[in-house]
Amino acid sequence: MDMKRDYYEDVQLLHGKTARFWFFLLLITLASLPFIIKGYYVYILSLMAVNVIVALGLNLLVGNTGQISLGHAGFVAIGAYTTAILMISFAVPFIPAMIAGGLIAAFFGFLLGLPALRLEGPYLAIATLAFGLAITTVIGRVGFFGGHMGLSVPAVRFESLGLTRDESVYYVAMITAVLLGIFARNFLKTRPGRAFQAVRDSDIAAAAMGVNVSYYKTLSFAVSAFYAGIAGGLWAILIGFINPGLFSFILSILYLATVVIGGLGTILGSVLGAVVVTFLSLQLENVQTIPGIGQLLEAFSKQFMTLSGLPNIVWVLTGLILILIVLFEPLGLYGIWSRIKTYWKTWPF
Amino acid sequence: MTGQLIISGLTIGSIYAMLALAMSIIYKASEIPNFAQGDMGMISTYIAYMILVVHGWPFWMAFAGAMIFAVILGFLFEFLFIRRAKEPNILNLIIVTLGFQLFLYGMTGWRWGSDQRRLGMPFSETDTINVGGVVISHLGVATILTSIIIMVMLWFFLSRTKLGLAMKAVQQNPMAAEINGIPKDRILGISFAISSVIGAMAGMMIAPITTLDPNMMWDPLMKGFAAAVLGGMTSLPGAIIGGYLLGIIENLFGFYVSLEFKSVVAFLIIVLVLVFKPAGILGHHYVRKV
Repeated sequence: MDMKRDYYEDVQLLHGKTARFWFFLLLITLASLPFIIKGYYVYILSLMAVNVIVALGLNLLVGNTGQISLGHAGFVAIGAYTTAILMISFAVPFIPAMIAGGLIAAFFGFLLGLPALRLEGPYLAIATLAFGLAITTVIGRVGFFGGHMGLSVPAVRFESLGLTRDESVYYVAMITAVLLGIFARNFLKTRPGRAFQAVRDSDIAAAAMGVNVSYYKTLSFAVSAFYAGIAGGLWAILIGFINPGLFSFILSILYLATVVIGGLGTILGSVLGAVVVTFLSLQLENVQTIPGIGQLLEAFSKQFMTLSGLPNIVWVLTGLILILIVLFEPLGLYGIWSRIKTYWKTWPF
Repeated sequence: MTGQLIISGLTIGSIYAMLALAMSIIYKASEIPNFAQGDMGMISTYIAYMILVVHGWPFWMAFAGAMIFAVILGFLFEFLFIRRAKEPNILNLIIVTLGFQLFLYGMTGWRWGSDQRRLGMPFSETDTINVGGVVISHLGVATILTSIIIMVMLWFFLSRTKLGLAMKAVQQNPMAAEINGIPKDRILGISFAISSVIGAMAGMMIAPITTLDPNMMWDPLMKGFAAAVLGGMTSLPGAIIGGYLLGIIENLFGFYVSLEFKSVVAFLIIVLVLVFKPAGILGHHYVRKV
């Protein structure tokens, strides 16, 4: 039973011995995974960690503050390009470059947050959409950023620790993801975190209670953009090559889809959403190789569609899932998970 | 030179005006910005392409086919998805339109691949008319005329027919309209169908200028939104004025300031309008009551 006796019990990170046990087991598993699996799978896990970071940040903005952003790929692009350029042109080591990327993204988030003060719902969606498109256009046209050809990012490898390149990136990404996850969880229980939720539920009521709505809206944009910027830096070193085409409008929608599918306004939802969406999109890119369904879809494509366009099934399915989630399960995967949990907790009643 | 720039701005502006009009119709009726608008137009254009190029039937059949498809698509979208939303707040409805946009984008890519195709129109984009030193292509004339015809028809529909008046009533006060026996949901479906048709026409006019591929509508969609914001999202004449203005401003900017950053103008306009006059040129400022 969830009975809380004092405030500190409410704000602590882990409740009880069971939660602590599972949390440390998870950490140990994550730390030892690169020794068990190799190569491509380590890459997939790193990619999941990167997407978890973006989802955590976006969820703070969309799920907890109730502001929509269709331009998050723009923040990821800012982080990725800042990190890459600092590493290439100024020979800054990776970790400071990544943090600088996050801070610059946060600054842009603050700037975008300023017009957002006067905007609501649809207008905000349009302004952020335009922001995302404008960022990639500017990056694509300026030679300093490598133009349309893109930049290749130097490899990051901690040789002194005896790690390969994949493993180095994995550890950096996973540690960052865990730290930022814990930060997000704690942040939501502080004054700003509760102010975010007050703004989401009713900004007029929040203002009447003494919450500085404009301050917390811009703060939310900045924090969310910081997460995206950090993730951008990690993504850049993970894939080793960035160009403006990566950070398209579709990517922004995919990030929003991740958060919605996972569950709006929950940390667990961000993690679940990012893991599931990353896994799905990687699997569906090579849908032909999946036994059973693969051949069926191939035959169907040859008959009615085109075979070369089959990887587009990623978008078809993501779009459908997105609609179905909103129609039938507004809390997303987190909603399903919490229903299962309640069922077993109260069983047999 | 400026005259030439303004005329070509008007040509592209009439496309933006059509898209802005399509968005305003839905926005007025339901307060949803329809992000699937662009791709609904795109897939209708592909239908026209199939009829015209693959089956080799005459142009008017392709046009009619695309329009019928657009009506069905728009109505079905509202009927299947928008109407069924469990908690219809703005955020959820925006997500539904985005999901539908992804779905259509994927379906188009799956069916036709991502190759760039050409939609042959009966109007040539190279033959030109010269009016007092200002040159305009046949396609440009056709585009401007199409947009004007749509506007006149829409004006006639909204102010002179029973269905149009019912639509206006639902936009102004949904509850009062329902009490008076107007089926609100069906009217919303019809609004979606009309806006889908206008979007499809815009798509067919853009396709010969750029190329026909699944990504073709992203840029025009954003411009359409910018035009709608500029004119005021809740005003149909505003959307038209916004569209033409955006086309002209963009062209002048491209010539006198920087061609490279021409497509960033729309973003600047959105931000400036929203900061200084959020209601747009003709819109009414919307004050929310608690």
